[in-house]
Amino acid sequence: MNGETDQRPPAEGGSPAASQGELLARFAVSQARRRRDRTARGLITAGTVIALIPLVLVVYYLLSKGLGSWSWSFFSTDPTGNTFFKTSSIGGIESAILGTIEIVALSSAISIPIGIGVAVWLVEYGRQSWFANLVRFFVDVLTGVPSIVFGLFIYIVLIVGTGSSYAGYKGSLALSLLMLPVVIRSAEVILLLIPSALRESALALGAPRWRVIFSIVLPTALPGMVTGVLLAIARAAGETAPLLFTAAATNKTGFNLGQFMNSLPVQIYKDVTSPTTAVVNRAWGAALTLVVMILLLNLIARLVSRRSRLV
Amino acid sequence: MSTAAMPSGDRSILARSPLARLPDRVLKYGLTVLAGLILALIVYFFVRLVGEAKPAFAHNGVLGFTFDNDWDVSGENFGALPLVLGTLITSALALLIGVPVAVATAIYANELCPLRLRGALTILVELLAAVPSVVYGLWGIFFLAPKLQPIEQWFADRLSFIPFIGGGTVTIPNYFVAGLILAIMILPIVSAISREVMATVPADHKEAALGLGATRWEMIRTAVLPYCRGGIVGGAMLGLGRAIGETIAVTIVIGDAPQLGKHLFGQGYSLAAVIANEFGEAQGLHRSALFAAGLVLFVLTLLVNVIARLLVNRAARKGKTPTTTQGLAAGPQPIAGAVAGA
Repeated sequence: MNGETDQRPPAEGGSPAASQGELLARFAVSQARRRRDRTARGLITAGTVIALIPLVLVVYYLLSKGLGSWSWSFFSTDPTGNTFFKTSSIGGIESAILGTIEIVALSSAISIPIGIGVAVWLVEYGRQSWFANLVRFFVDVLTGVPSIVFGLFIYIVLIVGTGSSYAGYKGSLALSLLMLPVVIRSAEVILLLIPSALRESALALGAPRWRVIFSIVLPTALPGMVTGVLLAIARAAGETAPLLFTAAATNKTGFNLGQFMNSLPVQIYKDVTSPTTAVVNRAWGAALTLVVMILLLNLIARLVSRRSRLV
Repeated sequence: MSTAAMPSGDRSILARSPLARLPDRVLKYGLTVLAGLILALIVYFFVRLVGEAKPAFAHNGVLGFTFDNDWDVSGENFGALPLVLGTLITSALALLIGVPVAVATAIYANELCPLRLRGALTILVELLAAVPSVVYGLWGIFFLAPKLQPIEQWFADRLSFIPFIGGGTVTIPNYFVAGLILAIMILPIVSAISREVMATVPADHKEAALGLGATRWEMIRTAVLPYCRGGIVGGAMLGLGRAIGETIAVTIVIGDAPQLGKHLFGQGYSLAAVIANEFGEAQGLHRSALFAAGLVLFVLTLLVNVIARLLVNRAARKGKTPTTTQGLAAGPQPIAGAVAGA
């Protein structure tokens, strides 16, 4: 950088004889630097606008294409599997919606207790021991594992290993592997926020460790943990890859998690490749349904976190 | 206290009876076992995956499998180079497009944005993460790819002298569209981490830069960006991990052609996409090859994520306890104080 404007001001703040104008001129920012500043700010703002364009486009297309296929029968009939003839009915997405709810409910029932248990162990017992840090590291590793690899894991263990076929609960297990690290790390963050004075006062009153955890720590952390859990559920609900070779796809609505089970993401994935417009339209309708479900979960998570006293 | 019955043995009167301590023990060891199980589970999965992938590695050799350019299902020969390169090309594109935009968003939200808009902007960017992968695929193949095709063709025609980019006919599903979709998908995580790291820059540093007469941009360039470099790189690596492992959206928009695409706007394949697409009807050696592809994918994401975590953790730690040397180098206290007071 050169130019007189970049010179450091004298230590004593300018000679007393210098007029206001002279001072201003000396400290003024040169044209070139102003231009660079404006350009950089412009680029940064433009980048932000660019980041929001896809969101607007995705939402717009989802609404304009998806709302058209929404109807009562869309939600109350199963897909017929008939995808080639325009004249016959292709059916709705009832089995997919119910399947997603069942699969995700079971995977939440598995991953939430385990996840919170591990988080409690990390904060209350493991702390900074080498073993706790190793567990933390492995949990972080789990976060980065591609979702389709979870599908492969479950396939190897529960389908190759047992010689049985696809089933809804196997899909749930794959999804719970995916949810586990999210639940653990978000719960850990919340548990760390609980003031240790709370724990200490309970201990000083003679409460045993387990009562401190169940009566003091967990109730205090509950609202905060609900947020992390809901976000984990929202993430799992949108996953296709782990379900492809674990829960597979079927047309019928079923309540038996030991059978094949349909789900919204898998239904959309199947419909995308269809050459029939009506089927693609069903995919748009199903996609809108899925996004609305996930956004509702996100919204609830946000509202709950706002009510939490810890964050 | 003295009226309390003395417990037998040499137990102090304040100690709990062994029976009363039982729930504590159960909880402590139960939870420890639970945590240990997670480790065991990961190791077990890894070993099983290696076992399933072995026939494919035995057939082609580990290097042959990874670097041979021949993925021939009917000929029972599996060289995964087209898939590995497809994964690397699309992920690199995602970083190239996604990271600058994400960092710009983070800078805007932290430094330039009016305070009232900041929350809304953060929520909007995070909404991008709420859209499921399959929906991005659907949108990509029916809206983005067809709309982009003429533009891509124009570029391909104008830039035909550049080997990998120009020439050739642009297909609707192609590497570039896949990279672009991935860029959108990694944007929220890169942006969120950059924002978090930027929030740890001490106000002293920024005020010191402004106090020395820096413009906003000079302040960002000299005080904010150098301080966050590690964290931003870590965030980008986490995004890279996501991009490498992303399956369904890529499967839909990359074209699923098992040959290496001739150019950027040609059809290709990726490691994750090949598993999603071919696993359903794969048998024998083919299935083993797909497990091997999964293993390569797993190891690749593992490496990227470990490096990313180390970088992000170090940046976060730096944010918590700013060292004195940095404080002295970048922000002389008296000046910062004077600016803050004025």
